[in-house]
Amino acid sequence: MRKVIYLDHAATTPLNCDVLEKMKPYLCENFGNASSIYQLGIESRAAVDESRYKVAYALKCQAHEIFFTSCGTESNNWAIKGIAFANRLKGNHIITSAIEHPAVKNSCEYLEHNGFDITYLPVDEFGVVSLDILKKSIRKNTILISIMYANNEVGTMQPIKEIGQIARESNIYFHTDAVQAIGNIDIDVNDCKVDMLSLSAHKFNGPKGVGALYIRTGTNIDPYLHGGSQELNRRSGTENVPGIVGLGKAIELSTIDIESKNKKVLTIRNLFIGAVIRNIPNVFLNGHPTLRLPGNANFFFQGIDAKYLATILNDEGIYVSNGSACSCNSKSPSHVLLAMNKTEETALGSVRFTFGEENTEDEVNYVVDVLSKVIEYKRKNP
Amino acid sequence: MREIYMDHSATTPVDPEVFNAMIPYYTDRFGNASSIHTKGQRARQAVDQARSQAAELLGASEREIVFTSGGTEANNQAIISYLSNNPDKGRHLITSAIEHHAVLDAFLHLAKRGYELTVLPVTADGLVEPDILKAAMKPTTALVSIMHANNEVGTIQPIKELAAVAHAGGAVFHTDAVQTVGKLPIDVEEMDVDMLAASSHKLYGPKGVGCLYVKRGIRVGNYFHGGGQERGLRPGTENVPGIVGFGTACKLAHINLPERQTRLNKMGQRLKEGILNSIPHSRLTGHPVKRLPGSVSVCFEFVEGESILLMLDSYGIMASSGSACTSGSLDPSHVLLALGLPHEIAHGSLRLTLGKDNTEEDVDKVLEVLPNIIQNLRGMSPLCN
Repeated sequence: MRKVIYLDHAATTPLNCDVLEKMKPYLCENFGNASSIYQLGIESRAAVDESRYKVAYALKCQAHEIFFTSCGTESNNWAIKGIAFANRLKGNHIITSAIEHPAVKNSCEYLEHNGFDITYLPVDEFGVVSLDILKKSIRKNTILISIMYANNEVGTMQPIKEIGQIARESNIYFHTDAVQAIGNIDIDVNDCKVDMLSLSAHKFNGPKGVGALYIRTGTNIDPYLHGGSQELNRRSGTENVPGIVGLGKAIELSTIDIESKNKKVLTIRNLFIGAVIRNIPNVFLNGHPTLRLPGNANFFFQGIDAKYLATILNDEGIYVSNGSACSCNSKSPSHVLLAMNKTEETALGSVRFTFGEENTEDEVNYVVDVLSKVIEYKRKNP
Repeated sequence: MREIYMDHSATTPVDPEVFNAMIPYYTDRFGNASSIHTKGQRARQAVDQARSQAAELLGASEREIVFTSGGTEANNQAIISYLSNNPDKGRHLITSAIEHHAVLDAFLHLAKRGYELTVLPVTADGLVEPDILKAAMKPTTALVSIMHANNEVGTIQPIKELAAVAHAGGAVFHTDAVQTVGKLPIDVEEMDVDMLAASSHKLYGPKGVGCLYVKRGIRVGNYFHGGGQERGLRPGTENVPGIVGFGTACKLAHINLPERQTRLNKMGQRLKEGILNSIPHSRLTGHPVKRLPGSVSVCFEFVEGESILLMLDSYGIMASSGSACTSGSLDPSHVLLALGLPHEIAHGSLRLTLGKDNTEEDVDKVLEVLPNIIQNLRGMSPLCN
């Protein structure tokens, strides 16, 4: 079988083997419902709690501030809608950015249809939110600021600490979608002064179908899924015990030695960026030169359709993405790149390469080699 | 000591065949089903296959299945999203007094937002009578939601008749079938329901996944907002291994259902009669015959449900007093109260729910130890003189 080079870690990551081994018993033998009071149930409950501690340890918060959900999308929906409806009497204004993931963007648009007023902060050409504009956008009736930690398409990281400081001083709740950041950068919720933070296990070598929302103690937020009162009455539904166990193990493994993992991924990624720029003419790096996720490279290859390029690379066993996975099949240009003041051509012609720990220098060389040939050929034979 | 698990209404173990089907999607086939590369497409095919397996079990077509994170989300979506997506419909809603909290609390949430809610009473056997529903219908009734079978007492509702009444009154009909999918034959066309919620972990599939059946033409709307997954009806990266597991569980349920149903009915019958005949002051809760296969729910006077469970657990027998969700709660079950049982009797409830791995010996064991447990507990009870 031909070797496959997976460069789409922002879409999803392979499950770590140790994580899978840790999950397995909770599928078959230790299958108890965590709310049951007999031994089998108590064991499930203990496993869920252990995971909660692991997540809390990784984020430097209290265990009772961690709530498990079914995914990053649910966490984002909960944070935004839960705050909006619980604090409606205080105000109806929410500030977000123009480059959020659809889970945040569309939750805000939903609220807009339901009587809320949303400010979409612009970003500069690198995808960074301006703190001055943020300050000027704050009103008396602002109840929530929701800005992503790092962007899923271009990898730009926001000045989260500064935003947190501004939100805290203005007494406004601050939520961050950290789905792309957790496992890649060290995060301290107190340092960042965030009140809510969303994460998703499958982005850091954990299983799909499980995520979490950090909610700072004292935050006034409505439940989102209604029912059986699990998760301290805040998130109903039978606990996905194996998934939660997997999330806990994955966050532990991905944050244990985050600095050296970062360095490794960053080295490979930088090698790739350097080689692409050296070997391929008329190519532009989207996003910030330095304030970006260690694994992310996003390029515009002039004159080349991104979907075409992704398809050709796929035939060569190289898996990349044109934009975010959620919108791969959409024909509309990336809202992120448009917000960064890129042309429609750029927004349709950009390809995302996202590296993980297992990628090697040889892979980088091979990918750059294929890329140069494909692009050269296509430019000569448009 | 052999452990005897008799709490299959709370959750079930993942079937080994389901487990084996899931593993490749945890390992090599880890792609995001929305990615355009081969890894993504492979995941997409697996999701599609699971969709057809779920559709087949329910008698639905593939396009009518929306995968969710579980029964709670499916019920929330059916109720809350249907109404928010159909603001032109009336603002009167009907449900029953014995629904699972995922349904009841979704309705209470809407009631707080200005919807008018009617909660139908049930008979002493736990049945919702079609005539009572008929009398409650109003021109403004938008949605009726009645569970297929109750999780605590096992009573099976006359869904077809209830759906007919709802439809005659111009309302849409949803059923929470979390307890019945995989245990009873289901045909959404025959039942004539518009929406139906199912949960994988109740039928030997994994936790964290379920589905909502939405009849073609019913505009349910999405509960989560985000990416375009599940044709926009359920944004969020697809839980591929979970969905594959659920699909496989549906396939197995489809194959094994008739045999399991017969076997569990027979074993449940023996367990029920054995308990009622050997323990004085005990009574069956729920319907004598219209009940879930293998579901035995009883109330014992002068004892506390929780003490029974602890004693049973010491014999390696796992059971519950009602629904697992409320195990920690001291309030008596809203279901038993709705059946008209007084508080003190509702407190002494025991639910034994059999599954495919239970044997006749398991039933013998329970029948051997339970009478003594009840007798001992009554001996300690100040209530029993």
